[in-house]
Amino acid sequence: MIPLSWYLLVAAALFSIGLYGVFARRNAVAILMSVELILNAVNINLVAFWRYRTPEIPSGMVWAIFVLVVAAAEAAVGLALVISIYRNRDSVIAEELDLLKN
Amino acid sequence: MAEQIIFVILAVLTIGSALAVVTNRNLFRSALALMVTFLGVAGFYVLLEAGFLAASQLLVYIGAISILIIFAIMMTRRMMQTSEASFNAQWGLGLFAAMVVLVILGFVIGNYWPLAPADMFLQTRTPVSDAVIENSVVELGKAIVSPNAFVLPFELASILLLAALIGSIVVAWPPQEENEA
Repeated sequence: MIPLSWYLLVAAALFSIGLYGVFARRNAVAILMSVELILNAVNINLVAFWRYRTPEIPSGMVWAIFVLVVAAAEAAVGLALVISIYRNRDSVIAEELDLLKN
Repeated sequence: MAEQIIFVILAVLTIGSALAVVTNRNLFRSALALMVTFLGVAGFYVLLEAGFLAASQLLVYIGAISILIIFAIMMTRRMMQTSEASFNAQWGLGLFAAMVVLVILGFVIGNYWPLAPADMFLQTRTPVSDAVIENSVVELGKAIVSPNAFVLPFELASILLLAALIGSIVVAWPPQEENEA
């Protein structure tokens, strides 16, 4: 049988990869994709803890579904912002978007 | 034994494609690798006997979010084909920070830094009867609409989705021409 720590380690690796993407990528769409990786890592943790600790109580799955809903909303709004910014500034590089700087 | 082999295959698939997402210079290939990552995560849900969540993962992430991301990449395509760097100046620092987070999480999970009961992370799955697993979707549906459980967050989630839908339409609407107004 697979111990719980295997799932947690995979989720931790996925989370760290997403964190690196958020820190290091310049393209705003790539940063959004890295955020999706982080949310997926959290969901693996939630479902693993649900199955290993409390398989009779569905709270872990309910929370995972809410994470799914919020991720969908975040992706829709974030990509609409990216398209709108591209239209106005001709760029989706996060460093060049300094409208609020001065 | 077969379960461990499937787990390792899924882990290699998921983590390898996640690495491809953050390192690939071509943004479109990153998006395709992201779809493989979502598929691997759905495989983990199947291994964890959460079939409903696996189906939701396929529908919502692979069916909707990936397509949305690919559309956004195609609409901003000119930026993606430039030969400029795809990593910013602090990528080394970012790599260091991500490695620190991974090492800390590894220490906690491996119980070298005991924050949880000693046997918690090493426990194997308590076998439950098939009825409990088959009932889990029924229990999930009841919990979502039960006034004693999650009906209020459920309704709030629908309002959030509606607000996000209208908001993204408004934000992405093409700007009005001055002479049309």
